[in-house]
Amino acid sequence: MSEQKQIILHVTDQQGKVHELIALDGWRAMEVIRDYGLPVKAECGGACSCATCHVYVDDDWADKLIAPDEDEEDMLDEAFEVQENSRLSCQILMSEDLSGLRLKLAPGSEPDTTD
Amino acid sequence: MSKNISPVSEPHGGSYTTDVVIIGAGPVGLFAVFELGLLDLECHLVDILDRPGGQCAELYPEKPIYDIPGIPVVSGQELTDNLLQQIKPFAAKYSLGEMAVALQKTDDDLWQVKTDMGTSITAKAVVIAAGGGSFQPKKPPIPDIDDFEGSSVFYSVRQMEKFKDKDLLIAGGGDSALDWTLALLPLARSLTLVHRRPNFRAAPDSVSKIRALVDAGDMEMIVGQVSALQGQGGQLDQVKIKTKTGEVIRKIDCLLPFFGLTMKLGPVAEFGLNLHENLIPVDTEKFETSTPGIFAIGDINFYPGKLKLILSGFHEAALMSQQVFRICRPDEKLRFQYTTASTDLQKKLGVR
Ligand SMILES: Cc1cc2nc3c(=O)[nH]c(=O)nc-3n(C[C@H](O)[C@H](O)[C@H](O)COP(=O)(O)OP(=O)(O)OC[C@H]3O[C@@H](n4cnc5c(N)ncnc54)[C@H](O)[C@@H]3O)c2cc1C
Ligand code: FES
Repeated sequence: MSEQKQIILHVTDQQGKVHELIALDGWRAMEVIRDYGLPVKAECGGACSCATCHVYVDDDWADKLIAPDEDEEDMLDEAFEVQENSRLSCQILMSEDLSGLRLKLAPGSEPDTTD
Repeated sequence: MSKNISPVSEPHGGSYTTDVVIIGAGPVGLFAVFELGLLDLECHLVDILDRPGGQCAELYPEKPIYDIPGIPVVSGQELTDNLLQQIKPFAAKYSLGEMAVALQKTDDDLWQVKTDMGTSITAKAVVIAAGGGSFQPKKPPIPDIDDFEGSSVFYSVRQMEKFKDKDLLIAGGGDSALDWTLALLPLARSLTLVHRRPNFRAAPDSVSKIRALVDAGDMEMIVGQVSALQGQGGQLDQVKIKTKTGEVIRKIDCLLPFFGLTMKLGPVAEFGLNLHENLIPVDTEKFETSTPGIFAIGDINFYPGKLKLILSGFHEAALMSQQVFRICRPDEKLRFQYTTASTDLQKKLGVR
């Protein structure tokens, strides 16, 4: 029997609704969010070149993530309402250690709509 | 590869006639010039960006692409440069830095595309190769910002004179923000640069110039983010800036946010075509939309099994061209030829 434990990812959408997602080991948080059909623009598909996958990391998790590298810090310059806990969700690799991670989709991450 | 293959844009505001107008100069729009060119059809491309290449040039110029058939690895910019080289013999016209805003049928059954710069292009067929939409400046989600756009909030600078003797605030930390800071400072009454952190992702030379200007007291730099706008009748009066230590207020006339570009479907949504979740449905024989004479290829189209890959867009361009030929040259016979074997095609390509 496999002892693999499920990796849970909690995501609060731009409307404030909380979703519980099951992540796969090695997937980027952005990919999990997109795979569930939640509203994330993620225009560059994870290439760290658009900042439209901007999320806020729950305070309890801030220290458990690998710190952003220089590219990610640079790209965050193109995001809005950037805070201490801002990250690009395409740069967060999911793993068992991160099961339970809580993210909130930030302003500017919503997909384009025809209105 | 050298950059001198970069095409020259036609003057803004002109009236042009061609066989095919292509909206979008991404990789797929560019390759369409090739396929249409082999059939002796003339093209005029329109793109809001000031250079061709679409996503490849704008989002990932340096990143390697591994799935272009026959090319083991090529960067986004190299692919763009190669395509420009490949289509050079066909001397397509370009209207760059212009957004196609309207599409209409003319009285003599042709199509007319108009741009936001007053350019008008009349053609026998229209190819929409608009990809993920037109690249437009990102708008900060600051409450009421819409009320000030065009009068006090500007995402680009078209005439510098407009900012003469004004109190300006530039937001952002990339090359556009810094370049415009340096260009507008001599004109402005005062200039404040607001960026979320003390570091910049920009040309080191501009960064050191800015630091020197700040040290000399010629301009102000605030580490923070603009959080609120105040003013009346579209005229900004002051802005609030959130900083680590609290809120600061600056009286300004104009705000110029530079946060990069994002793709928005934009006016293509108003062309009167059917849309399926922001995409344009087409048939898979001719890649024609439900409006005869209007085609859609590349990332913008939708059909069962569609994959948003460059290679799919190339294939779509080849098939689309066959039908466009029938529309543009109804009295001529379409001949299937290989570039390897046909002296006729080789002449067109200028290799014979
Ligand atoms: C980071 C990243 C990596 C990728 N990697 C690969 C890969 O490895 N292999 C692969 O096959 N694909 C890859 N892709 C996808 C590929 O880039 C797209 O499939 C391709 O760019 C689509 O080409 P296109 O010409 O249809 O549209 P685009 O490249 O989107 O170009 C459309 C152009 O149309 C312009 N436009 C739109 N509307 C208007 C208007 N109204 N007026 C004026 N101009 C307008 C836009 O400004 C834009 O320049 C990748 C994409 C990204 C973001
Ligand atoms: S998806 Fe573009 S930066 Fe994350």
